[in-house]
Amino acid sequence: MHIPDGFLAANTWATAWVISTGTIGYCLKKTAGLLKDRMVPLMGIMSAFIFAAQMINFPVIGGTSGHLLGGVLAAVLLGPYAGAVVLTCVLIFQCLVFQDGGLLALGANILNMAIIGTIGGYVIFNVLHKIFGNKKGLQIGAAVAAWFSVVIAASFCALELAFSGTSPLGIVLPAMAGIHALIGIGEATITVAVLSFIQKVRPDLIYGFAGESNKA
Amino acid sequence: MNRKDIVMGLIIAVIVAFFLSPLASSWPDGLEKVARDHGFMVKGEQGSVFKSPIPDYIFPGLKNEKMATAISGLLGTLVIFGIGYGLASLLKKNKD
Repeated sequence: MHIPDGFLAANTWATAWVISTGTIGYCLKKTAGLLKDRMVPLMGIMSAFIFAAQMINFPVIGGTSGHLLGGVLAAVLLGPYAGAVVLTCVLIFQCLVFQDGGLLALGANILNMAIIGTIGGYVIFNVLHKIFGNKKGLQIGAAVAAWFSVVIAASFCALELAFSGTSPLGIVLPAMAGIHALIGIGEATITVAVLSFIQKVRPDLIYGFAGESNKA
Repeated sequence: MNRKDIVMGLIIAVIVAFFLSPLASSWPDGLEKVARDHGFMVKGEQGSVFKSPIPDYIFPGLKNEKMATAISGLLGTLVIFGIGYGLASLLKKNKD
């Protein structure tokens, strides 16, 4: 759902830039405060993995494809702030080098995917993780949060398109949410698969793992 | 994370980017599909305000498009690894 230039009106992309710049600035500050030694290389690995995984479009129904967003995956491993920073790096890189998402629309893409999708997704994950407990909670929380992260990010994208006068809200919101409800199933599947693997081989790398020494 | 973990993680990312990216579906993504169905795709086709060096993940100058995608994936993965690692190191340094 990388928005290209031309879809958004100036008032919309400019507003999104202001919100994104402020929020990511705050996330950078928080990340610097919370960053543990072991998270430093993990931020590199997660940037690389999410970039790579976002290249893999999988087919969904009706001639449409989707790819991993990775926001919940990054946030569960790195925490919401560092997760948002990683997603932002990937989005800037994709925009500048690969023309994936517009430059004017970059602020909106950061808002939808790195902020709403990642931090919003983490909030959902955190609630469910607490309700269901450690092991089961990680998988249930990650699955549900991953699905919602994609649907909510897509809905924000639809709102921006509607604010811009590009497409009426009554049309673009159900269309975007509907198609991303399907893509979200892929997001949930991949997120849980990767997290289950990490839970097995290196559970200490999971940020949200209650009781672990790397909680902060 | 020790050196072995880092190398393992990077190898997994590179395998995804190099070997799987040429197999990715070329169908339009969710937003593109909605834009086409509801008639606003043209708005996004007026050209961007700038030209990026490797548009659409196709490395320029290569005849084989699948190989051009794989190379872009490989290079991109290594560079973004460096950016993520570098930024994290900077943030860590600032704190200490």
